[in-house]
Amino acid sequence: MIANSFEYSAPGSLKEALALLAEGAKPLAGGMSLIPMMKLRLANPEHLVDIGRLPELNYIREEGGAIHIGAGVTHFEVESSPLLLGKCPLLAETAAYIGDIQVRNRGTLGGSVAHADPSADYPAALHALDAKIVLTSSEGTRTLSTEEFFLDTFTTALDPGEIVSEVIVPVDAGLTGTSYQKFLQPASGFAIVGAAARVRQEGGKFTMVRVGVTGLSGNGYRARNVEDALVGQDVTDANIKAAAALVADGQDASSDLHATAEYRAHLAGAYTARALRAALSRSA
Amino acid sequence: MTTTVTKLEKLVGKRIKRKEDPRLITGTATYVEDVKLPELLHAAILRSPHGAANIKSIDISKAAALPGVVAVYTGADILGVGSVVCAADLPGLRKPVHHILAQDRTYFVGHAVAVVVAKDRYVAADGVDLIEVDWQPTQAVTDPEKALAAGAPAVHPEWPDNTAFIHNQEGGDMAQAFADAEVVVKQRIVSQRLIPNPMETRGVVADWKQADKAMTIWTSTQIPHLARSILAGQLGLDENRVRLIAPEVGGGFGSKLNVYPEEALMGFVSMKLQKPVKWIESRRENFQTTIHGRGHVDYLEIAAKRDGTILGLKLKLIQDLGAYHQLLTPAIPTLSVLMMPGLYKFRNISAQVIGVFTNAVPTDAYRGAGRPEATHGIERMVDMLAAEIGMDPAEIRYKNFAGKDDFPFLTAAGLTYDSGDYAATLDKALEMIDYKGLREQQVQARAEGKLMGIGISTYGELCGFGPSPATPAGGWESATVKVEPSGKVTVMTGCSPHGQGQETSFAQIAADELGVPLDDVIVLHGDTSIVQYGIGTFGSRNTAVGGAALFYALQDIREKAKRFGAKMLGVEDGEVVLADGHCTDSNGNSVTFQQIAGAAYRGIVIPTGSEPGLVATRFWEPSNFAYPYGAHIIVSEVDKETGQIEIKRYLAVDDIGNIINPLLVDGQLHGGVAQGLGQALWEHGVYDDDGQLVSGTFMDYAMPRARMMPWIESAHTITPSPVNPLGAKGVGEAGTIGSTPAMVNSVVDALAPLGVRHIDMPMTAGKIWKLMQDSSIQEKKA
Ligand SMILES: Cc1cc2nc3c(=O)[nH]c(=O)nc-3n(C[C@H](O)[C@H](O)[C@H](O)COP(=O)(O)OP(=O)(O)OC[C@H]3O[C@@H](n4cnc5c(N)ncnc54)[C@H](O)[C@@H]3O)c2cc1C
Repeated sequence: MIANSFEYSAPGSLKEALALLAEGAKPLAGGMSLIPMMKLRLANPEHLVDIGRLPELNYIREEGGAIHIGAGVTHFEVESSPLLLGKCPLLAETAAYIGDIQVRNRGTLGGSVAHADPSADYPAALHALDAKIVLTSSEGTRTLSTEEFFLDTFTTALDPGEIVSEVIVPVDAGLTGTSYQKFLQPASGFAIVGAAARVRQEGGKFTMVRVGVTGLSGNGYRARNVEDALVGQDVTDANIKAAAALVADGQDASSDLHATAEYRAHLAGAYTARALRAALSRSA
Repeated sequence: MTTTVTKLEKLVGKRIKRKEDPRLITGTATYVEDVKLPELLHAAILRSPHGAANIKSIDISKAAALPGVVAVYTGADILGVGSVVCAADLPGLRKPVHHILAQDRTYFVGHAVAVVVAKDRYVAADGVDLIEVDWQPTQAVTDPEKALAAGAPAVHPEWPDNTAFIHNQEGGDMAQAFADAEVVVKQRIVSQRLIPNPMETRGVVADWKQADKAMTIWTSTQIPHLARSILAGQLGLDENRVRLIAPEVGGGFGSKLNVYPEEALMGFVSMKLQKPVKWIESRRENFQTTIHGRGHVDYLEIAAKRDGTILGLKLKLIQDLGAYHQLLTPAIPTLSVLMMPGLYKFRNISAQVIGVFTNAVPTDAYRGAGRPEATHGIERMVDMLAAEIGMDPAEIRYKNFAGKDDFPFLTAAGLTYDSGDYAATLDKALEMIDYKGLREQQVQARAEGKLMGIGISTYGELCGFGPSPATPAGGWESATVKVEPSGKVTVMTGCSPHGQGQETSFAQIAADELGVPLDDVIVLHGDTSIVQYGIGTFGSRNTAVGGAALFYALQDIREKAKRFGAKMLGVEDGEVVLADGHCTDSNGNSVTFQQIAGAAYRGIVIPTGSEPGLVATRFWEPSNFAYPYGAHIIVSEVDKETGQIEIKRYLAVDDIGNIINPLLVDGQLHGGVAQGLGQALWEHGVYDDDGQLVSGTFMDYAMPRARMMPWIESAHTITPSPVNPLGAKGVGEAGTIGSTPAMVNSVVDALAPLGVRHIDMPMTAGKIWKLMQDSSIQEKKA
């Protein structure tokens, strides 16, 4: 449980960090995913660039009707940010489900997003929020949707030398209700499945529905089939159940020591329904 | 001169905070890892990545050439060191030779193959990666039932049937019991492999001093003296020149009631290199190479009358031993046989234990060691019998309990239970939880479609290990009480507490007996150069056996102190009383205990026939085990949609004899219950068919967390043990033993309306969901 030897740099500015990353170094943020892999010698980077301490990546601010969150913001900061709690409670609620307090105090939003663990919590919420992921390298910056960004298990659209620098989420005040519901894997505390729902209703009908799912398969996803089944329909539990039952369709459900594919798919439906119900109860 | 003697408050029975906690809380305790010596070298171990493999060749040249590596040793180098010791014996037991490094074959994932010694632990770890082994993997077998099947791969080629031993025990007349039976219930019950995870993993520092031919070994162990004897033997050293120190030990739960290959290996390395060397087990190594617990497949049959009278219990126990015997491996399942009858008075048992070799790390004692499995068996079978004949689970227990007038009670398994009133304990539990009300609530809940369960377990255990003839290496315990000239008291116990809190409870006992303040007493243990020979800590024995030895040593001190006191007061021996820290004569004149201590060392006033000093040592041999028992009740509800189990209430009424410190008792019970619920609900050591340990990290091995624990309501009945002068029984394992059957019984009860009769542990949500799917299908078909 001792990592191979490696070089470590802690540059003082983003620019310097990006220059080192362009030379092939690997970013280190909270270290909560990277360090365990290094200790097991599953990851053996030669050069780590610590971006977790850069002030330039550490902010949460409202700008142009959206909330911009620096990649270096910790899970705990997300969970406890008054701005997020007030205007994008789904992300704060989701962050509170991550690991334990020690992990939340070190792990970062950018690190989790970049790592793209298929059982991580954020992807569900970010899909449901129509979030934007901002990528930066020494070459410049680009902004992707979540579906463009999360490609596969531990695989994202990040190019070598590029980092996640920011995550943009909408201000969801007023009539939108959201909820994240998670079924914990008993050993790791990661999601066996997690479902995030974001809904608006008017006159007894669903007017907007977003569902993001994590844990079920190799990659978190936006469950468009569930959304489509609900929008324009009456707000009834029967409709929620019927729509939620579609959530695993077309997904290649994972199977492991903790849950068979069959059980995971069942849970995905159950937790999607729970998230939808809870979100509804919070939508005015 | 007449003195007023203030009556001192008794400390025994009081909820006193642990004396050991300040150093633990402030991070100033010394664990093995904290031992730093000049020129200390560091070792890392190459381990088998295969469940079973031949080693065709090993090339250490690259590792040896790595700057900072001092030496690399393989199996060929250690043949002069004695192999790993198994102290247990059974007729016809097959004992494979367990070298401290593998020879030409490895038998389980984690099997030690080579050791790299380097200037620091980082270089040592890099060196391990540079060793090249030409492996020839062969087919492994990890499931004990598959290992018994014809044509299974042989774990040890010399024993193709993979059978280490077959042990039979009969009590009464089983054939008659079955002939008389009106109902027989059969069930296969699994007690899955568990992986002990003390917060502190194992670790060893060995320091050989050639000039003195003296070895000092620091090791995280529960049995310092036994480990010293064994290691001296393995290393060919004089026992009196080996000093073994168990410093702060961060938990053991039985996993450190053992002597492992790495302990002799570090001794060997230190002797070779003439330098001290340290090895600290990583968490991954802990999962792979420290013993596992349980590993039973039990085939049980219970024979009974329709009125609920149990006639007999039959058991075929298949014990997954792993690849080797560790210190007590083959003995553990035989303890299960002894506890088969539980608290019940039926007279007939019949048991066959088949010890099976598998390509897995050995199983051995883990909190409860054989008794949780047995209790789970009998408590499940009693519930299944009750369900079969339509009787209430509480009622069937009352019907079969040994009565309070039956003690000492000779069981069908040949043990003599010391004392008890089982019905009174169950009465108390049922009343506290309002059992009648709960059953009414359950009817209501079921009508509403809810899956509510009530599970009872009335467990018994044998602890206070134990009479020496019944143990592999002596079952007595020792204590020395050393009163200093100032009257301060040092207790040295042969026990090796590592979390149980005897630095506090033994100080309470000593302070009461001698009438000194609690803070005047310190308790030392774990260093063979300081403490007289002792047996150690396991089997809930510290208080019942070690405490008894201490009690008698304190009586010797009292007697001697009284003689000095009488002499000092100028009266005859026997005309004084020693109480409240004073020795007082019939005229009310007194001297303090401290004055007596001073006089005993000053040596001017010496009672006739006595001698200076105030020190006593006693070795105490118990005449029997002690037998705690209790009733645990769990109210649960199963989520119909997901299969997730919620514990609504947990009640434990335990009878552990007299209680020295209720705070320590709570701690032991809570921890035990957590471990038992861990087994019932989450924990599972899983090997795949190739011998890979699938649940080999905390990402996959579900240790219970604080947030997963229910509130535990706890109460006691008190039936003192007549076996020892303290009347104490033991509480270290009670929680683990009582909790698992209560949990399973509760969930089976919840699912009974669906036709569920039994569920094997761990009762994961996925398993329960699947069961509900299957039973609803059955229901629809019916
Ligand atoms: C005990 C434990 C429990 C956990 N439980 C959960 C849980 O329940 N749910 C959950 O979602 N997660 C869980 N995690 C993971 C945790 O959330 C991590 O913090 C997170 O996945 C990674 O963030 P980090 O900042 O620690 O990244 P690091 O570990 O530093 O890095 C992770 C990877 O991302 C790369 N990286 C880091 N930052 C960036 C960036 N800005 N741009 C590009 N690449 C980057 C690194 O190079 C590395 O490859 C748990 C972790 C632990 C140790």
